[in-house]
Amino acid sequence: MAETKTATTQVDLTCVKPYGDALNDGKVQLSFTLPIPYGEEAEECAKQYARKLGLDEPNVCYYCELTKGYTFFNVYGTAQATIDYTAIKVPKVEGTVMDRVECGEWIGEHIGRDIVVVGASIESDAHTVGIDAIIQMKGFHGHFGLERFKNVVPYNMGSQVPCEQLIAKAKEVNADAILVSQTVTQKDIHIKQLTKMIELVEAEGLRDKIILTCGGPRISHELAQELGYDAGFGPGKYAEHVMSYIMQEVEKRGWQKKPNIADR
Amino acid sequence: MKSKLNLDPKVVDSARQHAANIAHDMQEFIERHTTVSTERTIVRLLGVDGVDDVDTPLPNVVVDQIKEAGALPTGAAYWMGNAIVQTGKEPQEIAQEMAAGKLDITKLPTCSQEEAAEALKPAIKKTFERIDMQKAKRKEYLETIGEGPEPYVYVIVATGNIYEDVIQAQAAARQGADVIAVIRTTAQSLLDYVPYGPTTEGFGGTYATQENFRIMRKALDEVGEEVGRYIRLCNYSSGMCMPEIAAMGALERLDVMLNDAIYGILFRDINMQRTLVDQYMSRVIIGYCGIIFNSGEDNYLTTDDAIEAAHTVTASQFINEQFAVLANIPEEQMGLGHAFEMDPSTEDGFLLELSQAQMAREIFPKARLKYMPPTKFMTGNIFRGHIQDALFNLVTVWTHQSILLTGMLTEAIHTPLMQDRYLSIENARYIFNNCRHIGDEVEFKKDGIIQKRAQEVLGKADELLAEVEKEGLFSTIEKGIFGGVKRPLDGGHGLEGVCTKGENYFNPFIELFLDHE
Repeated sequence: MAETKTATTQVDLTCVKPYGDALNDGKVQLSFTLPIPYGEEAEECAKQYARKLGLDEPNVCYYCELTKGYTFFNVYGTAQATIDYTAIKVPKVEGTVMDRVECGEWIGEHIGRDIVVVGASIESDAHTVGIDAIIQMKGFHGHFGLERFKNVVPYNMGSQVPCEQLIAKAKEVNADAILVSQTVTQKDIHIKQLTKMIELVEAEGLRDKIILTCGGPRISHELAQELGYDAGFGPGKYAEHVMSYIMQEVEKRGWQKKPNIADR
Repeated sequence: MKSKLNLDPKVVDSARQHAANIAHDMQEFIERHTTVSTERTIVRLLGVDGVDDVDTPLPNVVVDQIKEAGALPTGAAYWMGNAIVQTGKEPQEIAQEMAAGKLDITKLPTCSQEEAAEALKPAIKKTFERIDMQKAKRKEYLETIGEGPEPYVYVIVATGNIYEDVIQAQAAARQGADVIAVIRTTAQSLLDYVPYGPTTEGFGGTYATQENFRIMRKALDEVGEEVGRYIRLCNYSSGMCMPEIAAMGALERLDVMLNDAIYGILFRDINMQRTLVDQYMSRVIIGYCGIIFNSGEDNYLTTDDAIEAAHTVTASQFINEQFAVLANIPEEQMGLGHAFEMDPSTEDGFLLELSQAQMAREIFPKARLKYMPPTKFMTGNIFRGHIQDALFNLVTVWTHQSILLTGMLTEAIHTPLMQDRYLSIENARYIFNNCRHIGDEVEFKKDGIIQKRAQEVLGKADELLAEVEKEGLFSTIEKGIFGGVKRPLDGGHGLEGVCTKGENYFNPFIELFLDHE
């Protein structure tokens, strides 16, 4: 058993599994509730459930009654499944990410006119936190919003804006891009609303004349593309990510001399 | 109480005086106007309920008909009173006939204002009997089964289905919650009517309807008796139907209601004239019924910076206090809001939060301060989130906050799961018990970080209030001073529902609700 005497330091990226304190130990922690009464049967039930999830040696390290008929568990186990990391492909927003100052300068040099964007939290969504984080001057977490970017003219329409109104505004101000924010995701309401937006943009014949982006805590670039958006921005993405993408896309599409939607 | 922050009482008095002047100035505007929602409230309080065959609530049917006839300046009370005199029927019957197209109450022969007022008396008496019965019932519960100690643990339920909400609410009460807030479905705030009946579909919350109030009240009374603690019920008297929902809350014994015109203006883009008039009617009801109102200052800090804009929260609390004074709301029912929303990476941020919370307590010693948890800087890292909530809980117990909106470790991920709520309440109870008397033991260093910060914020709040007094509240909001959000006087939702009172206007309820004896 010579191999157990030395630490395994080389990870095999074709079959990775969770890391606790040794390579391939497969340590996983999870918490969940089962709708069953508290007791030893509950503990056994959680163990069996963890095994069915593919965890060996499940250890129910804590469990308690949440309310009559519901039991909460903290469980550790050893995961068996592995993933081929080398085969993973994640669609990402293309282009270089620049900071706020670089974006302003880049637009001046490469576009030669202001980039206009219109943003809103649409339909039933009353949350402004996402769109404000991207557009408002003060931005979020030390990342200034588009209002503080040079050569960018942003319009923030706030929350509960009907899709029709957002499109009308984009036409009125000849926006290069529309930013749609969705925070509430209960019962997939965000999917329905984002889809409605796409359908209306297409119905208006604007799909190729405007860059359509969306963002929110549960939105990924992949989801955005599935829904028909050009790009999507999830957690950890700030104004500079959004503008870096938009300005490079404006250049790619050759809209430098086409500030008017009608000319595109 | 000796100030631990060494606050200058002269500055507090000055700020309070400015706020009183601001509120009085607004009150003159409010008293010259009424709104469709205020009138619908009167109609509801006269006993009208239900919907017509296309689900339009009958209070809307009545007020819309009066408005379309151009008769709203006289007020719904007169027209209903007159209809009783002319037809001999009850308000509900009158509303049903209007809905059926059999009656146009503005086309009837007209009696005098005195006769109309007299005719309304039996209906008014019935309503007050119901409200007084509910007040007595709450008092009885508090005297028999009692209540949990402050800070009250406040949790939300937000399933969208009132029956599912009941299960979650009862579970939360058993876990130690003292206040259950039924979160309202997104977008209800902009509906210019109150939906009817029990509801099972909503997004991010459940419709506020009178039937849903009744269902939840019954469930909380049951679980309250079981756990031996009165469980308070909270909902939203806000949005376009602010006073109507206050009336429903009065009839169904709600205990806490979110109610803040400035919040509606800034964060729901409701027209400022509309909602300030609506707020007055709703607060008069809330004051009489023993309901604690919650103001929404905490929200300023979600759009503005919690460190830089701290004084706007304090200034707004002063204004909300003075609006409440005008509506005769006792201090114990003033649930002024604030929040623990500073960027957690700030050096000594905890000291600044402690300072702000202690200051609110010293300025409003008897108020039922509602303290809101971190939300803006919750990241999805539930482990750190649980610690952020722990620091928040520590400030809460240390500075004697009254109502703790429990922070959830899963904030920014999903509406709370049953287990999230359990962990949050466990966190709060652990810290409250473990640090119960910390506030009585610890004093702050003279001219240290905590004292100086409070003095600075109070000073800036006083300056801001002086400016608002000079400028007027409307134009201050137009300039975006609160929450960094600008709203125009004639913009936003609901302006079409505002109307100048005519010479013969009367609202029999204001006087009755203002008189708590």
